[in-house]
Amino acid sequence: MNTIHALGLWTRRQLAALGQAAGLFLRLLGMLPATLARFRLLGDQIHFLGNYSLAIIAVSGLFVGFVLGLQGYYTLQRYGSAEALGLLVALSLLRELGPVVTALLFAGRAGTALTAEIGLMKAGEQLSAMEMMAVDPVRRILAPRFWAGFLAMPLLAAVFSAVGIIGGWVVGVVLIGLDGGAFWGQMQSGVDWWYDLGNGVIKSVVFGVAVTFVALYQGYTAKPTPEGVSRATTRTVVVASLAVLALDFLLTASMFSI
Amino acid sequence: MQASKNDVWVGLFVLLGAAALVFLALQSANLLSLSFEPTYKVTARFDNIGGLKPKAAVKSAGVVVGRVEAISFDDKTFQATVHMALEKRYAFPKDSSLKILTSGLLGDQYIGIEAGADEANLAEGDRITATQSAVVLENLIGQFLYSKAEEGGSAAAPAP
Repeated sequence: MNTIHALGLWTRRQLAALGQAAGLFLRLLGMLPATLARFRLLGDQIHFLGNYSLAIIAVSGLFVGFVLGLQGYYTLQRYGSAEALGLLVALSLLRELGPVVTALLFAGRAGTALTAEIGLMKAGEQLSAMEMMAVDPVRRILAPRFWAGFLAMPLLAAVFSAVGIIGGWVVGVVLIGLDGGAFWGQMQSGVDWWYDLGNGVIKSVVFGVAVTFVALYQGYTAKPTPEGVSRATTRTVVVASLAVLALDFLLTASMFSI
Repeated sequence: MQASKNDVWVGLFVLLGAAALVFLALQSANLLSLSFEPTYKVTARFDNIGGLKPKAAVKSAGVVVGRVEAISFDDKTFQATVHMALEKRYAFPKDSSLKILTSGLLGDQYIGIEAGADEANLAEGDRITATQSAVVLENLIGQFLYSKAEEGGSAAAPAP
């Protein structure tokens, strides 16, 4: 009897949390005009989420491009088609690695910072104080961060892919000595601007929304204690990473099915 | 609106992201080569199209002059009907012939168009009748084995 009671309580709690999350998500979506009207807040958050993530994204992109160039070359040259390296590097970066790795790094670099910041605001009762002054913390604190993540992620993913392609070019053409014309030519004939690039951008937007929302929600619902904030931060990384990978599978299955 | 010292950096970040997108679009996806040329549509029937896909190139002397728009199956003649859009600036005689070719050993298949000698040119909605199907590797190997066996048979016959 006790177990059934506990199961029922657990189910109700989960459903309530789901409903709360969905409600918060819809409110955030509805706050786009209000957020754009106070551009200063949004700009500061883009600076915090985007500019500060730029270094780690660019360096990771470069090394991922290097590794793709090397590994791709070793595999392709066995089949005598090393000149397809440009196509391999570009397609894997634009379709998968660019959006996914950027989102994972973004969750680790920016998502955790968001959760800790909002969790600490909550623990310090700053959010309650705002409510006392009739300032809506969702509008003032959460919405600018949400839309900043929405805007910053696709740009970061584009930087990642661009730097990665340059990294692949450095390894393939400059170091290994493939023909540069074949490298770019194969890439240009094989990459479709909408099918590959456009779908990659859609992916990165979806991941940006997912990571930012998970981070904000975890911070907003964190227990207002040091331990609660630390747990919420850990959960942000775990939930956001899993959400990105699961969404990636769904998006890939629906976009690139034959 | 009050200016913030972050504005410059945010602007730079957005510029950099936009530049990366433009780089990807131009350098990797080759957006500039998208042709918005006016086209005219012609169709052709093939016995076998092999691995031809929609959006495959139609080339003449190696230059892309059009694209395959759609491929359908005709259950009256049991042939494949290929719809192509050729660029208006290129005119071809009515008796031009089509071949399905492969770029490289394992590359994509495309349609090669060879100009005929007719006075009149192809126009919108025309059907090209002279077509040559794709080379199917299995048939090729079959023919090769068959001719080998025949050779072997004729070589063995006069021996006794």
